[in-house]
Amino acid sequence: MTTQATDNTQERASRNPLDFLLDFFASIGGGILGFLAATGRLADFTGRSVKHCFTPPFFPSQLLRQLIDIGYYSLPVVGMTTLFTGMVLALQSYTGFARFNAEGAIAGVVVLSVTRELAPVLAGLMVAGRVGAAIAAEIATMRVTEQIDALRTLSVNPFKYLIAPRLIAATLMLPLLVFVGDIIGIFGGYIVSVYSLGFSPEGFLTQAWDVMEYMDVMSGILKAAAFGFIVAIMGCYHGFNSARGAQGVGAATTNAVVSSSILILIFNYLLTQIFFS
Amino acid sequence: MSEAEQIKIDLRGVSKSFGKVCVLDNLDLSVPKGKSLVVIGGSGTGKSVMIKCILGLLAPDAGSILIDGQESVGRNPNVRIEFMKKFGMLFQGAALFDSLKIWENVAFGLVHGHGMDKKEAREIAIQKIMAVGLKVDVANLYPAELSGGMQKRVGLARAVAASPEIIFFDEPTTGLDPIMADVINDLIVEQVQGLGATALSITHDMGSVRKIADYVAMIYNGRIIWKGTVDELDHSGNEYVEQFIHGRADGPITRRLV
Repeated sequence: MTTQATDNTQERASRNPLDFLLDFFASIGGGILGFLAATGRLADFTGRSVKHCFTPPFFPSQLLRQLIDIGYYSLPVVGMTTLFTGMVLALQSYTGFARFNAEGAIAGVVVLSVTRELAPVLAGLMVAGRVGAAIAAEIATMRVTEQIDALRTLSVNPFKYLIAPRLIAATLMLPLLVFVGDIIGIFGGYIVSVYSLGFSPEGFLTQAWDVMEYMDVMSGILKAAAFGFIVAIMGCYHGFNSARGAQGVGAATTNAVVSSSILILIFNYLLTQIFFS
Repeated sequence: MSEAEQIKIDLRGVSKSFGKVCVLDNLDLSVPKGKSLVVIGGSGTGKSVMIKCILGLLAPDAGSILIDGQESVGRNPNVRIEFMKKFGMLFQGAALFDSLKIWENVAFGLVHGHGMDKKEAREIAIQKIMAVGLKVDVANLYPAELSGGMQKRVGLARAVAASPEIIFFDEPTTGLDPIMADVINDLIVEQVQGLGATALSITHDMGSVRKIADYVAMIYNGRIIWKGTVDELDHSGNEYVEQFIHGRADGPITRRLV
C-alpha cells in the first residue's frame, strides 16, 4: 500500500505541467460532452413523448385520473400559495409605496404581479414539488419493479399509457390552476387592502379592473401551460430512466423536482422576454 | 431435440454487452414448439438478459432471434407491439400494477393489448384467477393486499390470460416457500400444457427444473455450454452442470470466480 502511494506521488511529481492543463481541459470537455449527451437524450425522450400524445391508441381513463390527480388535488396547495402571496404583496407594497406616497397603486401592483409572474411561477414550483415528485417516484418504482417491462409484454406502449396522459393533463391543468390562483391571489390582496389597510372595496376593485389587460392574464396562462409541460416531462424522464433500487427512485425524484424548478425559472425569463419585450 | 420438431424460438449468435461487460457472447439456443425449455445458470450469467432480448425489451448488439422463423430483432416498434401478442411473461417479482385491482391486472393485456370488451375481459380474468387456485374475492383486491405466493399466482394468471403461444417464466419460484414453489410449478405445467404453449424459463431452483422442463440448457459466461433433455441432466458428463445441479462450492465455476 505504502509502495503504491509512493509510486503515485513520484508519478505526479514527474508529470509535465502541460499534462495537468490537459487533464483540466479534459475534465471540462468531459463535463460538456456529458451535458450535451443528456440534453440529446432528453430531447429525444420529449419528442417521442409528444408524438405519442397525438397518435392512437389513447387511454382516456388514465387521462381522466391524471387530470384529477394533477389538477383537482393540486388546487388546495396552489390556492393557499397564491392567497398568502397576494396578501403579503398588498402588505409589502403598502409599506414600501408609502415612502413615495404611492399607496393608491397597490391594487395595480397586486393584479400585475400575481397574474403575470407570481401565480404562474409559484404554482409551477408548487406543482413541481407535489406532482413532479409523485410522477417521478411512481414511474421510477414501476421501472424498478419491472412494471414498465410488464406493460410492454402486454402489448402496451408505456409512452402512450404512462407518459402521454401525464403530459397532456399537466399541460392542460396548470393553466386552469393558475387562472383560479389569479383570482385567489387578487382576493388575498383585496382582503388585506380592505380589511387591514383601510382601502374601499369599490376603489380596489375598480383600480384592479382598470389596470388589468387581457395580455396580463393570458401571458400567465401560457406560461403555466409551458410550466405544466416541463413538470410532467421532467418527472417522466427521470422516473423512466431511474437507476435500480431505492436510491435510484430517490435520486429520480430529487432530480425531477430540481431540474423542473430550474427550468421553470429559466423559461419564465425567456417567456417574459417574448411576451413583454 | 429431434430433427422433426418445429423450432418456435431460435437464437443465433446473440451477443449483448453493457459497456465493457459482455453478458451474452455469441449465444445459440432453440426451443421446439410446444415444449418447455429451462435455462439454468448462476447469478449474473445472462439468463434475464437473454429473455429480455427475446422479448425485445433489450436490443442485442449482434445476432438473430427468430420467432416462428421470423426475425424479431430490429423490428419497428409498432410491429413489435403486435409481435408481443404471441408472448406471455411471469416476472420474478410478479410485476403487478399497484394501482389496478387484481382482475384489472389479469385483464390488462386483453383490454389494452387485444382490444377486448372490458366486461368480457373481466369474465376471462376471473376464470384465470380461479384456475390458478385463488378465490373470486381476490379479484377486487389490490396487489399490495396479497402475499408473495398469491402475487405469483396472479402474475401467472396474467401471463396466460390471452392464451399466448409462448410463455416466459423468470425465476418463477424465487422467494417462495418449498410448498408454494411446488404449487406454482404444478400450475405452470398445468397452464402451459393446457394452452399447448411453448415455454422458456430461467431458474436456479432444481426442483422447479425437474418439474417443468422438457429440455434443460445451462448458460455460463454468456454462452450455452450444455443442453439436453431433463432426463439427461443427471448424467450430463459436463462438470459445470454437475457442479451446478448438486450445488457444490468446489468445481470449475468456483475456480473461475476466484
